[in-house]
Amino acid sequence: MITKQSIQLRTPLRFGIIAGVVSVCASAIGLVVLFSERELIAGVITMGQILIFAPTAALAYIAARDHAEGQRGIALLYGSLTGVISGIPSALLILLASAVNLRQFMPNVSPALIEILSFGLPPVAGSLAFLAAMTAVGLIAASFSLLPSNIKRPIFNGLLWTFTIGLFSENISSRVRFFFGSEFNKLIFTGKALDPFVAALIFFLAAGLTVWQGRRQTTHTEPEGVSTSRKSRLRWMTYAGVVVTLLILPLLLGSYLSEVLNNVGLFILMGLGLNIVVGFAGLLDLGYVAFYAIGAYSMAVMTSQGPLGFGLSFWAALPFCVLMAAFAGLMLGIPVLRMRGDYLAIVTLAFGEIIRILVLSDLLKPVLGGAQGILKIPKPEIFGLVLKQPEQFYFVILAGVLIAWFVSWRLSKARLGRQWLAMQEDEDVAEAMGIRLVTTKLLAFSFGAAFSGLAGALLASKLTSIFPHSFKLEISINVLVLIIIGGLGSLPGVVIGALILVGLPELLREFAEYRLLMYGLLMIVMMLAKPEGFWPSQIMKRELHIDEESEMLSAEAGD
Amino acid sequence: MPMLELNDVHAYYGNIHALKGISITVEEGEIVTLIGANGAGKTTTLRTITGLLKPRTGSVILDGEDLAPYPAHKIVYKGVAMVPEGRGIFSKLTVRENLDMGAFSRSDVDGIKQDLERAYELFPRLKERESQISGTLSGGEQQMLATARALMARPRLMLMDEPSMGLAPVLVESVFDIIQEINKEGTTILLVEQNAHMALQIAQRGYVLQTGEIVLSDSADGLRKDPMVQKAYLGME
Repeated sequence: MITKQSIQLRTPLRFGIIAGVVSVCASAIGLVVLFSERELIAGVITMGQILIFAPTAALAYIAARDHAEGQRGIALLYGSLTGVISGIPSALLILLASAVNLRQFMPNVSPALIEILSFGLPPVAGSLAFLAAMTAVGLIAASFSLLPSNIKRPIFNGLLWTFTIGLFSENISSRVRFFFGSEFNKLIFTGKALDPFVAALIFFLAAGLTVWQGRRQTTHTEPEGVSTSRKSRLRWMTYAGVVVTLLILPLLLGSYLSEVLNNVGLFILMGLGLNIVVGFAGLLDLGYVAFYAIGAYSMAVMTSQGPLGFGLSFWAALPFCVLMAAFAGLMLGIPVLRMRGDYLAIVTLAFGEIIRILVLSDLLKPVLGGAQGILKIPKPEIFGLVLKQPEQFYFVILAGVLIAWFVSWRLSKARLGRQWLAMQEDEDVAEAMGIRLVTTKLLAFSFGAAFSGLAGALLASKLTSIFPHSFKLEISINVLVLIIIGGLGSLPGVVIGALILVGLPELLREFAEYRLLMYGLLMIVMMLAKPEGFWPSQIMKRELHIDEESEMLSAEAGD
Repeated sequence: MPMLELNDVHAYYGNIHALKGISITVEEGEIVTLIGANGAGKTTTLRTITGLLKPRTGSVILDGEDLAPYPAHKIVYKGVAMVPEGRGIFSKLTVRENLDMGAFSRSDVDGIKQDLERAYELFPRLKERESQISGTLSGGEQQMLATARALMARPRLMLMDEPSMGLAPVLVESVFDIIQEINKEGTTILLVEQNAHMALQIAQRGYVLQTGEIVLSDSADGLRKDPMVQKAYLGME
């Protein structure tokens, strides 16, 4: 039976408008011009162009794949329509900018932007060219969606790898120069961007590998008994690989990237701590930065060789810093024991500010240095070697993260982890089961605070000087956002979240000004598309998919 | 000596006088029911027994011992378990994990294992759904789980808060059968119900609560024949 599918123009219209609005907004706030300075492949494509075309490509692809019901003609029509429509807003912007001076109220609509959008052509020709380009992008994306998946995947992986390497070419290039010399570097990178030939090489390499891997998977089917022992061997090899990589990472990355990694590590530490409070125990804490500050200032006061410090060694002070923070967690916990949800969030928020303001205050200035902070904090020393370089300090942070990871992991499996989970769901019922809410809550606050205190202590020693303004509310928000994006309650999620929210912006310096905008956008997109986070815990997965699962089960029961 | 005794209990939610002098007794081995309309104070009475709400005056006495100094989480250890209203299961945990939480107050591994088997015997459906997320169970299954979870504490006194709420009539009957079975094995039961008809069929004695006060107490038979109860709770003219 063949039914002729009716063509529904609403889908491409809606997708086109979304993509068009996204790309015109990116232009109007100045992102496109900024990103155009970063070339991905020398002389071929810039980040700015990716920014303009990517939304259209993605939505045209989805329109063609999900809404054309497998009909080629309709898929191509949807794709090109999405493209044309998404081009209209920017095309109008080009025409408008030529007629009126838009810069009075849209300062970012600069001649440079118009030049980029109109490919250097005069206004009318330029806007038509832009429309044509967008249509082409939509059409290409739609035809890509029609390819069989064994062709689609290699192409996609090839593009992804080329894009990723192109995006980080500045950092990769500096490492290549370090290891293989600048002559070799010039072969691969032109200026700061990938050489077109090398880009093509990477593309074919990644695509080829995908094809090869796909073939191997289909031909290799082993008997069950063999594969289990193979699996466990493979798992051990993976573990060994991870350990070796972690150990040699600073050597590979060099000083600058190790420093970036160290910052990520501190946020992982804090994320693991807040994950216990929010992810495991379900207590929303917005003043988490307070413990970071307490850890840092404890380290500073105890070790500083300046007038305010006691001159202890890093290792002697470290356990004390962690204990101080844990104690502060306990102290915060006691007054908020009876609070839940929003009230708890507000009180903890205030606590974070109180600590920062106390540190800034004249009252504590003789002890904590006020706005001038505390200087001359020594770096840790091990067997007479002072860990000065970021590559060396990396190992201290790595050790801290591994310990925190291990503790979190054990806790989540232990009786206490269960108690937190039960408390998170229903405090009354948990209490009626025999769970002591007071200790359960206080332990969550203390463990969380201890990890953050450790992070703070490491920060103080890493920076060698600390100031109150390093402990703003923004840090609490960052840590909360990173655990939400990674997946509440999930340990790998914390690492992913920290890499995305702390690592990426460091590598893509152009983002710096737009960092908060990016956080906001990322949060909105995540909450709509993948509310359980990038690497959700089992429990989160369950919670968010209970509806689907029960529907599925009742459908089964109905049959 | 009665197993449980409430003497002139007054309890408040803030300024709201929720219980105005409740006195009830429950003897070992009995099924006693508290019937009454919405807001009569039935759930509140149970909350004062489990310690989730402390009476302002009056006493809750279990086996001759005043429970006032014990916080809620300690009272479980005295052999009191509750099947909360609206089932109150941990919906994100699996069936098995819920049952394990029920035995939280215990440390006798062998005993827990025995009771788990017993619970699965009583509710074979739960055995089938052992590793299913309990939020995805049907209403009847959730009620079974809440009941089984309370049994995992191996209570001597089980407080049940509206076990028939929101269940299909067929299921209500099987729930009440199971309550009787649990009782026969030696667990004393205090049953709070709006479904007076069913409750009075399985209980030996009953109390009628109205706006925080006991207005009537008698044997189940006596209450069933009482004209006021018939009119207000059994729907007979």
